[in-house]
Amino acid sequence: MNGIIFENKQIRKSLKKMAQSMTDTSVYLVGIQRGGSQVANALQKRLKKEGCNVVRGNLDISFYRDDLDRSPLHPVVHGSDLPFDINDRHIWLVDDVIFSGRTIRAALGELFDYGRPASVSLAVLVDRGGRQLPIQPNVIGLSFSAPADHVVDLTMCKNAAGKAVWSISRRLSERKACSEEHLP
Amino acid sequence: MGIADLSSDDIMWLLQLGESMLDINRRSIKKAPTLRGKTIINLFFENSTRTRTSFEIAGKRLSADVINISASTSATKKGESLLDTGQTLAAMQPHLLVVRHGLAGSCAFLAEYLQNTAIINAGDGSHEHPTQILTDLLTIQQSLGSFEGKIMTLVGDIAHSRVARSHLLAAKIMGYHIRLVAPKTLLPLHVARYGCSVYHDFDAAIPGSDIIYMLRVQNERLTSACCFPSIREYHEAYGLHRARQRMAGDHCLIMHPGPMNRGVEISSDVADSLNSRVLHQVENGVSIRMALLTHLINANNPPMLAHNNEDEDDDED
Repeated sequence: MNGIIFENKQIRKSLKKMAQSMTDTSVYLVGIQRGGSQVANALQKRLKKEGCNVVRGNLDISFYRDDLDRSPLHPVVHGSDLPFDINDRHIWLVDDVIFSGRTIRAALGELFDYGRPASVSLAVLVDRGGRQLPIQPNVIGLSFSAPADHVVDLTMCKNAAGKAVWSISRRLSERKACSEEHLP
Repeated sequence: MGIADLSSDDIMWLLQLGESMLDINRRSIKKAPTLRGKTIINLFFENSTRTRTSFEIAGKRLSADVINISASTSATKKGESLLDTGQTLAAMQPHLLVVRHGLAGSCAFLAEYLQNTAIINAGDGSHEHPTQILTDLLTIQQSLGSFEGKIMTLVGDIAHSRVARSHLLAAKIMGYHIRLVAPKTLLPLHVARYGCSVYHDFDAAIPGSDIIYMLRVQNERLTSACCFPSIREYHEAYGLHRARQRMAGDHCLIMHPGPMNRGVEISSDVADSLNSRVLHQVENGVSIRMALLTHLINANNPPMLAHNNEDEDDDED
Protein backbone atom coordinates (compact mmCIF):
# COMPACT_ATOMS: atom_id res chain seq x y z
CA MET A 1 0.00 0.00 0.00
CA ASN A 2 2.89 2.32 0.77
CA GLY A 3 4.73 4.01 -2.03
CA ILE A 4 4.68 6.62 -4.72
CA ILE A 5 1.33 7.45 -6.28
CA PHE A 6 2.19 10.33 -8.60
CA GLU A 7 5.54 11.02 -10.19
CA ASN A 8 7.36 14.12 -11.27
CA LYS A 9 6.03 14.18 -14.82
CA GLN A 10 2.37 13.90 -13.84
CA ILE A 11 2.77 16.51 -11.13
CA ARG A 12 4.47 18.99 -13.46
CA LYS A 13 1.75 18.52 -16.01
CA SER A 14 -1.00 19.15 -13.48
CA LEU A 15 0.79 22.20 -12.04
CA LYS A 16 0.80 23.69 -15.53
CA LYS A 17 -2.88 22.93 -15.96
CA MET A 18 -3.71 24.44 -12.58
CA ALA A 19 -1.84 27.62 -13.43
CA GLN A 20 -3.68 27.91 -16.74
CA SER A 21 -7.04 27.84 -15.01
CA MET A 22 -5.94 30.51 -12.53
CA THR A 23 -4.67 33.16 -14.92
CA ASP A 24 -5.69 36.73 -14.30
CA THR A 25 -3.94 40.10 -14.56
CA SER A 26 -3.03 40.02 -10.87
CA VAL A 27 -2.99 36.84 -8.82
CA TYR A 28 -2.66 36.90 -5.02
CA LEU A 29 -1.27 33.50 -4.02
CA VAL A 30 -1.25 32.51 -0.35
CA GLY A 31 0.45 29.18 0.37
CA ILE A 32 -0.20 27.19 3.51
CA GLN A 33 3.14 26.28 5.18
CA ARG A 34 4.94 24.13 4.27
CA GLY A 35 3.82 22.04 1.32
CA GLY A 36 1.31 24.63 0.19
CA SER A 37 4.04 27.25 -0.04
CA GLN A 38 6.09 25.01 -2.32
CA VAL A 39 3.09 24.46 -4.56
CA ALA A 40 2.39 28.21 -4.54
CA ASN A 41 6.00 28.89 -5.59
CA ALA A 42 5.65 26.45 -8.46
CA LEU A 43 2.36 28.03 -9.53
CA GLN A 44 3.90 31.49 -9.29
CA LYS A 45 6.63 30.51 -11.74
CA ARG A 46 4.11 29.14 -14.21
CA LEU A 47 1.68 32.04 -13.83
CA LYS A 48 4.48 34.50 -14.52
CA LYS A 49 5.20 32.66 -17.76
CA GLU A 50 1.57 33.25 -18.69
CA GLY A 51 2.18 36.94 -18.14
CA CYS A 52 0.36 37.35 -14.82
CA ASN A 53 1.48 39.67 -12.07
CA VAL A 54 1.81 37.41 -9.01
CA VAL A 55 1.86 38.53 -5.37
CA ARG A 56 2.87 35.89 -2.83
CA GLY A 57 2.14 35.34 0.85
CA ASN A 58 2.31 32.45 3.29
CA LEU A 59 0.17 31.32 6.20
CA ASP A 60 1.23 29.11 9.07
CA ILE A 61 -1.91 27.83 10.72
CA SER A 62 -0.20 26.29 13.78
CA PHE A 63 -1.91 28.71 16.16
CA TYR A 64 -5.31 28.22 14.52
CA ARG A 65 -5.55 24.44 14.56
CA ASP A 66 -8.67 22.90 16.11
CA ASP A 67 -6.73 20.07 17.73
CA LEU A 68 -4.19 22.04 19.78
CA ASP A 69 -5.66 20.43 22.88
CA ARG A 70 -4.95 16.98 21.58
CA SER A 71 -1.70 17.10 19.74
CA PRO A 72 1.52 19.00 20.37
CA LEU A 73 2.56 21.98 18.32
CA HIS A 74 4.42 21.08 15.18
CA PRO A 75 8.10 21.28 16.10
CA VAL A 76 8.75 23.83 13.39
CA VAL A 77 6.52 26.85 13.22
CA HIS A 78 7.35 28.85 10.12
CA GLY A 79 5.30 31.92 10.84
CA SER A 80 2.84 33.69 8.61
CA ASP A 81 3.93 36.30 6.15
CA LEU A 82 1.36 38.31 4.23
CA PRO A 83 3.25 41.30 2.86
CA PHE A 84 0.25 42.86 1.14
CA ASP A 85 -3.13 44.25 2.14
CA ILE A 86 -5.73 41.52 1.58
CA ASN A 87 -8.74 43.81 1.90
CA ASP A 88 -10.96 43.67 -1.20
CA ARG A 89 -8.53 41.39 -3.04
CA HIS A 90 -9.31 38.09 -4.73
CA ILE A 91 -7.16 35.63 -2.85
CA TRP A 92 -6.04 32.18 -3.99
CA LEU A 93 -5.35 29.88 -1.05
CA VAL A 94 -2.93 27.12 -2.06
CA ASP A 95 -2.26 23.81 -0.32
CA ASP A 96 -0.53 20.59 -1.31
CA VAL A 97 -2.94 17.90 -0.09
CA ILE A 98 -6.57 18.24 0.95
CA PHE A 99 -8.14 15.63 3.22
CA SER A 100 -10.59 16.52 6.01
CA GLY A 101 -10.76 20.22 5.13
CA ARG A 102 -9.77 21.27 8.66
CA THR A 103 -6.52 22.89 7.58
CA ILE A 104 -8.43 25.04 5.11
CA ARG A 105 -10.98 25.99 7.75
CA ALA A 106 -8.12 27.09 10.05
CA ALA A 107 -6.44 28.97 7.20
CA LEU A 108 -9.67 30.82 6.40
CA GLY A 109 -9.92 31.78 10.07
CA GLU A 110 -6.40 33.16 10.06
CA LEU A 111 -6.81 34.88 6.69
CA PHE A 112 -9.81 36.81 7.97
CA ASP A 113 -7.77 38.04 10.92
CA TYR A 114 -5.72 39.97 8.36
CA GLY A 115 -8.68 41.67 6.76
CA ARG A 116 -11.70 41.12 4.53
CA PRO A 117 -10.83 39.77 1.10
CA ALA A 118 -13.27 40.22 -1.78
CA SER A 119 -13.19 36.48 -2.36
CA VAL A 120 -11.16 33.42 -1.48
CA SER A 121 -10.61 30.52 -3.88
CA LEU A 122 -8.82 27.30 -3.15
CA ALA A 123 -6.27 25.48 -5.29
CA VAL A 124 -4.82 22.14 -4.17
CA LEU A 125 -2.39 19.85 -5.88
CA VAL A 126 -3.90 16.59 -4.60
CA ASP A 127 -7.38 15.77 -3.39
CA ARG A 128 -7.24 12.50 -1.47
CA GLY A 129 -10.92 12.46 -0.48
CA GLY A 130 -12.29 11.97 3.04
CA ARG A 131 -13.72 15.44 3.63
CA GLN A 132 -15.22 16.12 7.08
CA LEU A 133 -16.27 19.70 6.36
CA PRO A 134 -18.21 21.33 3.55
CA ILE A 135 -15.07 22.58 1.80
CA GLN A 136 -14.31 21.95 -1.85
CA PRO A 137 -11.34 23.28 -3.87
CA ASN A 138 -11.97 25.42 -6.96
CA VAL A 139 -8.94 23.97 -8.71
CA ILE A 140 -7.63 20.43 -8.17
CA GLY A 141 -4.45 19.12 -9.78
CA LEU A 142 -4.70 15.39 -9.15
CA SER A 143 -7.13 13.26 -7.23
CA PHE A 144 -7.41 9.77 -5.88
CA SER A 145 -8.96 8.19 -2.84
CA ALA A 146 -6.83 7.13 0.14
CA PRO A 147 -8.12 5.32 3.23
CA ALA A 148 -8.36 7.48 6.37
CA ASP A 149 -5.45 5.75 8.10
CA HIS A 150 -3.04 6.75 5.35
CA VAL A 151 -0.87 9.84 5.18
CA VAL A 152 -0.28 11.44 1.80
CA ASP A 153 2.95 13.42 1.42
CA LEU A 154 4.28 15.75 -1.21
CA THR A 155 8.07 15.79 -1.55
CA MET A 156 10.06 18.22 -3.60
CA CYS A 157 13.82 18.02 -3.96
CA LYS A 158 16.22 19.71 -6.32
CA ASN A 159 18.28 17.63 -8.71
CA ALA A 160 21.88 18.36 -9.67
CA ALA A 161 20.75 20.91 -12.24
CA GLY A 162 18.75 22.75 -9.57
CA LYS A 163 15.46 21.66 -11.09
CA ALA A 164 12.62 20.65 -8.79
CA VAL A 165 11.71 16.95 -8.71
CA TRP A 166 8.29 16.23 -7.27
CA SER A 167 6.67 13.10 -5.96
CA ILE A 168 3.54 12.23 -4.04
CA SER A 169 3.56 9.15 -1.85
CA ARG A 170 1.43 7.53 0.78
CA ARG A 171 2.12 5.51 3.89
CA LEU A 172 0.26 4.10 6.86
CA SER A 173 -0.21 6.70 9.59
CA GLU A 174 1.88 6.25 12.73
CA ARG A 175 -0.95 7.61 14.75
CA LYS A 176 -4.18 5.65 14.69
CA ALA A 177 -6.20 7.20 11.89
CA CYS A 178 -7.11 10.44 13.49
CA SER A 179 -9.36 12.77 11.75
CA GLU A 180 -6.96 15.23 10.33
CA GLU A 181 -4.99 16.21 7.36
CA HIS A 182 -1.28 15.78 7.76
CA LEU A 183 0.37 18.61 9.64
CA PRO A 184 1.03 21.83 7.83
CA MET B 1 10.74 28.42 37.72
CA GLY B 2 13.80 29.87 36.13
CA ILE B 3 16.36 29.90 33.37
CA ALA B 4 18.25 27.34 35.44
CA ASP B 5 15.62 24.73 34.51
CA LEU B 6 15.99 25.18 30.76
CA SER B 7 18.31 23.57 28.26
CA SER B 8 19.71 25.32 25.23
CA ASP B 9 17.27 23.42 22.99
CA ASP B 10 14.32 24.50 25.16
CA ILE B 11 15.41 28.11 24.86
CA MET B 12 15.91 27.95 21.09
CA TRP B 13 12.46 26.39 20.66
CA LEU B 14 10.81 29.12 22.74
CA LEU B 15 12.66 31.82 20.80
CA GLN B 16 11.50 30.35 17.52
CA LEU B 17 7.92 30.14 18.75
CA GLY B 18 8.20 33.72 20.01
CA GLU B 19 9.52 34.90 16.67
CA SER B 20 6.53 33.43 14.85
CA MET B 21 4.17 35.16 17.29
CA LEU B 22 5.54 38.57 16.27
CA ASP B 23 3.37 38.59 13.21
CA ILE B 24 0.16 38.32 15.24
CA ASN B 25 1.22 41.41 17.18
CA ARG B 26 1.94 43.46 14.09
CA ARG B 27 -1.17 42.94 12.00
CA SER B 28 -4.39 44.86 12.34
CA ILE B 29 -6.50 42.16 13.99
CA LYS B 30 -4.31 41.08 16.86
CA LYS B 31 -6.05 37.92 17.89
CA ALA B 32 -5.56 34.21 17.36
CA PRO B 33 -7.81 31.47 18.78
CA THR B 34 -4.95 29.38 20.18
CA LEU B 35 -5.91 29.60 23.86
CA ARG B 36 -9.66 29.91 23.54
CA GLY B 37 -11.42 28.73 26.67
CA LYS B 38 -8.29 28.90 28.84
CA THR B 39 -8.07 30.93 32.04
CA ILE B 40 -4.92 32.72 33.16
CA ILE B 41 -4.58 34.50 36.50
CA ASN B 42 -1.90 37.16 36.91
CA LEU B 43 -1.07 37.19 40.60
CA PHE B 44 1.20 40.14 41.30
CA PHE B 45 2.35 40.76 44.85
CA GLU B 46 4.80 43.39 43.64
CA ASN B 47 3.91 46.33 41.52
CA SER B 48 4.71 45.92 37.89
CA THR B 49 3.11 47.68 35.02
CA ARG B 50 5.05 46.39 32.09
CA THR B 51 5.38 42.72 32.95
CA ARG B 52 1.77 42.46 34.00
CA THR B 53 0.51 44.31 30.94
CA SER B 54 2.76 42.22 28.74
CA PHE B 55 1.34 38.99 30.16
CA GLU B 56 -2.19 40.33 29.96
CA ILE B 57 -1.84 41.35 26.31
CA ALA B 58 -0.12 38.06 25.49
CA GLY B 59 -3.00 36.07 26.98
CA LYS B 60 -5.70 38.19 25.41
CA ARG B 61 -4.18 38.10 21.94
CA LEU B 62 -4.34 34.33 22.10
CA SER B 63 -8.00 34.49 23.19
CA ALA B 64 -7.43 33.35 26.78
CA ASP B 65 -9.41 34.88 29.64
CA VAL B 66 -6.99 36.87 31.77
CA ILE B 67 -7.68 37.98 35.32
CA ASN B 68 -5.37 40.37 37.17
CA ILE B 69 -4.93 40.30 40.92
CA SER B 70 -2.54 42.66 42.64
CA ALA B 71 -1.38 42.65 46.21
CA SER B 72 -3.40 45.68 47.12
CA THR B 73 -6.67 44.05 46.04
CA SER B 74 -5.88 40.53 47.21
CA ALA B 75 -6.88 38.94 50.48
CA THR B 76 -3.21 39.07 51.52
CA LYS B 77 -4.04 42.48 52.85
CA LYS B 78 -6.55 40.85 55.14
CA GLY B 79 -3.90 38.49 56.46
CA GLU B 80 -4.19 35.51 54.13
CA SER B 81 -1.01 33.53 53.59
CA LEU B 82 0.62 33.08 50.18
CA LEU B 83 -0.25 29.40 50.17
CA ASP B 84 -3.90 30.03 51.02
CA THR B 85 -4.17 32.64 48.29
CA GLY B 86 -2.58 30.20 45.85
CA GLN B 87 -4.82 27.32 46.85
CA THR B 88 -7.93 29.46 46.72
CA LEU B 89 -7.15 30.61 43.21
CA ALA B 90 -6.12 27.12 42.10
CA ALA B 91 -9.48 25.84 43.35
CA MET B 92 -11.12 28.07 40.78
CA GLN B 93 -9.43 25.88 38.17
CA PRO B 94 -7.38 28.28 36.10
CA HIS B 95 -5.07 26.74 33.54
CA LEU B 96 -2.15 28.89 34.55
CA LEU B 97 -0.97 31.23 37.30
CA VAL B 98 1.54 33.97 36.58
CA VAL B 99 3.19 34.90 39.87
CA ARG B 100 5.34 37.89 40.80
CA HIS B 101 6.44 38.05 44.40
CA GLY B 102 9.02 40.03 46.37
CA LEU B 103 10.60 36.99 47.95
CA ALA B 104 12.97 34.60 46.20
CA GLY B 105 11.61 31.07 45.90
CA SER B 106 7.97 31.99 46.39
CA CYS B 107 7.01 30.66 42.95
CA ALA B 108 8.81 27.39 43.50
CA PHE B 109 7.04 27.13 46.85
CA LEU B 110 3.63 27.63 45.25
CA ALA B 111 4.44 25.22 42.46
CA GLU B 112 5.32 22.55 44.95
CA TYR B 113 1.92 22.76 46.60
CA LEU B 114 -0.21 23.43 43.54
CA GLN B 115 0.66 20.37 41.53
CA ASN B 116 -2.15 20.65 39.04
CA THR B 117 -1.72 24.26 38.04
CA ALA B 118 0.99 25.50 35.71
CA ILE B 119 2.88 28.44 37.17
CA ILE B 120 5.03 31.02 35.47
CA ASN B 121 7.52 32.92 37.56
CA ALA B 122 7.17 36.58 36.66
CA GLY B 123 9.93 37.57 39.06
CA ASP B 124 10.60 36.34 42.57
CA GLY B 125 12.65 38.69 44.71
CA SER B 126 16.30 38.80 43.71
CA HIS B 127 16.18 35.23 42.43
CA GLU B 128 15.17 34.99 38.76
CA HIS B 129 13.22 36.69 36.00
CA PRO B 130 13.14 34.13 33.19
CA THR B 131 10.65 35.77 30.82
CA GLN B 132 12.73 38.95 30.71
CA ILE B 133 15.81 36.95 29.79
CA LEU B 134 14.00 35.07 27.02
CA THR B 135 12.82 38.43 25.73
CA ASP B 136 16.40 39.75 25.76
CA LEU B 137 17.68 36.65 24.02
CA LEU B 138 15.12 37.04 21.24
CA THR B 139 16.15 40.68 20.84
CA ILE B 140 19.83 39.73 20.67
CA GLN B 141 19.14 36.93 18.22
CA GLN B 142 17.30 39.32 15.90
CA SER B 143 20.16 41.83 15.92
CA LEU B 144 23.27 39.68 16.20
CA GLY B 145 22.09 36.32 14.86
CA SER B 146 23.66 34.16 17.52
CA PHE B 147 24.91 34.08 21.12
CA GLU B 148 28.08 32.04 20.95
CA GLY B 149 31.09 34.10 22.00
CA LYS B 150 29.20 37.40 22.25
CA ILE B 151 30.15 39.73 25.06
CA MET B 152 27.48 41.34 27.21
CA THR B 153 28.54 44.06 29.60
CA LEU B 154 26.03 44.20 32.43
CA VAL B 155 26.17 47.39 34.43
CA GLY B 156 24.56 48.51 37.66
CA ASP B 157 22.95 47.09 40.72
CA ILE B 158 23.96 43.46 40.29
CA ALA B 159 23.32 42.57 43.91
CA HIS B 160 19.59 43.25 43.81
CA SER B 161 18.94 42.25 40.24
CA ARG B 162 17.11 39.09 39.28
CA VAL B 163 17.74 40.04 35.66
CA ALA B 164 21.48 39.93 36.25
CA ARG B 165 21.26 36.58 37.97
CA SER B 166 19.14 35.03 35.22
CA HIS B 167 21.51 36.39 32.57
CA LEU B 168 24.47 34.85 34.36
CA LEU B 169 22.68 31.49 34.20
CA ALA B 170 21.58 31.97 30.59
CA ALA B 171 25.10 32.97 29.50
CA LYS B 172 26.40 29.58 30.61
CA ILE B 173 23.67 27.76 28.72
CA MET B 174 23.83 29.79 25.51
CA GLY B 175 27.57 30.43 25.42
CA TYR B 176 27.84 34.19 25.68
CA HIS B 177 30.19 35.94 28.07
CA ILE B 178 29.21 38.45 30.73
CA ARG B 179 31.27 41.31 32.08
CA LEU B 180 29.79 42.66 35.28
CA VAL B 181 30.39 46.29 36.08
CA ALA B 182 29.40 47.71 39.46
CA PRO B 183 30.75 49.40 42.54
CA LYS B 184 31.72 46.92 45.22
CA THR B 185 28.72 47.89 47.28
CA LEU B 186 26.35 46.66 44.56
CA LEU B 187 28.10 43.37 43.81
CA PRO B 188 27.21 40.17 45.62
CA LEU B 189 30.02 38.11 47.14
CA HIS B 190 31.56 35.27 45.12
CA VAL B 191 29.86 36.41 41.93
CA ALA B 192 32.84 35.29 39.84
CA ARG B 193 31.72 31.72 40.47
CA TYR B 194 29.26 32.21 37.63
CA GLY B 195 32.17 32.37 35.23
CA CYS B 196 31.89 36.05 34.41
CA SER B 197 34.51 38.78 34.56
CA VAL B 198 34.12 41.53 37.14
CA TYR B 199 35.03 45.18 36.63
CA HIS B 200 34.73 48.20 38.85
CA ASP B 201 35.75 50.57 36.10
CA PHE B 202 33.07 50.91 33.40
CA ASP B 203 35.46 52.34 30.80
CA ALA B 204 37.75 49.33 31.08
CA ALA B 205 34.88 46.92 30.35
CA ILE B 206 33.56 48.66 27.23
CA PRO B 207 36.06 47.72 24.48
CA GLY B 208 34.89 44.66 22.55
CA SER B 209 31.39 44.58 24.03
CA ASP B 210 28.60 43.46 21.68
CA ILE B 211 25.88 44.46 24.10
CA ILE B 212 25.79 46.96 26.93
CA TYR B 213 22.98 46.05 29.27
CA MET B 214 22.11 48.71 31.83
CA LEU B 215 20.25 47.85 35.02
CA ARG B 216 18.00 50.22 36.86
CA VAL B 217 19.16 51.70 40.12
CA GLN B 218 16.50 50.28 42.38
CA ASN B 219 16.03 52.83 45.05
CA GLU B 220 13.30 50.78 46.70
CA ARG B 221 15.62 47.83 47.18
CA LEU B 222 18.63 49.73 48.43
CA THR B 223 18.44 49.26 52.16
CA SER B 224 20.53 52.22 53.12
CA ALA B 225 21.90 55.17 51.28
CA CYS B 226 25.45 53.93 51.63
CA CYS B 227 25.82 52.13 48.31
CA PHE B 228 27.02 55.17 46.40
CA PRO B 229 27.51 58.80 47.38
CA SER B 230 25.11 60.55 45.01
CA ILE B 231 23.07 60.09 41.85
CA ARG B 232 25.35 62.49 39.98
CA GLU B 233 28.44 60.60 41.00
CA TYR B 234 26.85 57.30 40.06
CA HIS B 235 26.00 58.63 36.62
CA GLU B 236 29.58 59.80 36.14
CA ALA B 237 31.08 56.48 37.14
CA TYR B 238 28.50 53.92 36.06
CA GLY B 239 26.03 55.70 33.82
CA LEU B 240 25.93 55.15 30.07
CA HIS B 241 26.35 58.47 28.30
CA ARG B 242 27.26 59.51 24.78
CA ALA B 243 31.02 59.43 25.29
CA ARG B 244 30.88 55.85 26.53
CA GLN B 245 28.56 54.82 23.72
CA ARG B 246 31.05 56.25 21.23
CA MET B 247 33.78 54.25 22.90
CA ALA B 248 31.68 51.10 22.47
CA GLY B 249 31.28 51.64 18.74
CA ASP B 250 28.42 51.54 16.26
CA HIS B 251 27.88 47.80 16.41
CA CYS B 252 27.17 47.72 20.13
CA LEU B 253 23.54 47.19 21.20
CA ILE B 254 22.15 49.12 24.14
CA MET B 255 19.63 47.26 26.26
CA HIS B 256 17.68 48.00 29.41
CA PRO B 257 14.85 45.98 30.97
CA GLY B 258 12.96 49.13 31.94
CA PRO B 259 11.77 51.27 33.50
CA MET B 260 14.70 53.57 32.74
CA ASN B 261 15.88 56.30 35.05
CA ARG B 262 17.07 58.81 32.51
CA GLY B 263 20.04 60.74 33.82
CA VAL B 264 20.88 58.07 36.38
CA GLU B 265 22.04 54.82 34.76
CA ILE B 266 21.43 55.94 31.18
CA SER B 267 21.38 59.35 29.56
CA SER B 268 18.52 60.42 27.32
CA ASP B 269 20.50 60.65 24.10
CA VAL B 270 21.76 57.09 24.51
CA ALA B 271 18.34 55.74 25.43
CA ASP B 272 16.89 57.22 22.25
CA SER B 273 19.82 56.34 20.00
CA LEU B 274 19.64 54.06 16.97
CA ASN B 275 21.41 51.24 18.76
CA SER B 276 19.01 51.27 21.66
CA ARG B 277 16.94 48.07 21.68
CA VAL B 278 14.81 49.03 24.67
CA LEU B 279 11.52 49.19 22.76
CA HIS B 280 12.33 46.04 20.77
CA GLN B 281 12.69 44.33 24.13
CA VAL B 282 9.20 45.44 25.08
CA GLU B 283 7.68 44.27 21.78
CA ASN B 284 9.46 40.93 21.92
CA GLY B 285 8.31 40.54 25.52
CA VAL B 286 4.71 40.11 24.40
CA SER B 287 5.65 37.53 21.76
CA ILE B 288 7.83 35.51 24.10
CA ARG B 289 5.09 35.46 26.72
CA MET B 290 2.61 34.32 24.08
CA ALA B 291 4.99 31.51 23.20
CA LEU B 292 5.33 30.48 26.84
CA LEU B 293 1.61 30.54 27.49
CA THR B 294 0.97 28.44 24.40
CA HIS B 295 3.67 26.01 25.32
CA LEU B 296 2.59 25.59 28.94
CA ILE B 297 -1.15 25.50 28.46
CA ASN B 298 -1.50 23.29 25.45
CA ALA B 299 -1.56 19.69 26.44
CA ASN B 300 0.96 17.22 25.08
CA ASN B 301 3.80 19.62 24.69
CA PRO B 302 6.81 17.99 26.28
CA PRO B 303 7.22 19.18 29.87
CA MET B 304 9.98 21.71 30.06
CA LEU B 305 9.36 24.50 32.43
CA ALA B 306 7.63 24.04 35.67
CA HIS B 307 7.59 27.78 35.93
CA ASN B 308 9.47 30.73 34.75
CA ASN B 309 10.92 33.14 37.08
CA GLU B 310 11.28 36.59 36.03
CA ASP B 311 14.22 37.98 37.61
CA GLU B 312 13.79 41.47 36.87
CA ASP B 313 13.78 44.05 39.46
CA ASP B 314 13.42 46.62 36.92
CA ASP B 315 9.92 46.03 36.17
CA GLU B 316 8.23 47.55 39.03
CA ASP B 317 6.70 50.86 38.49
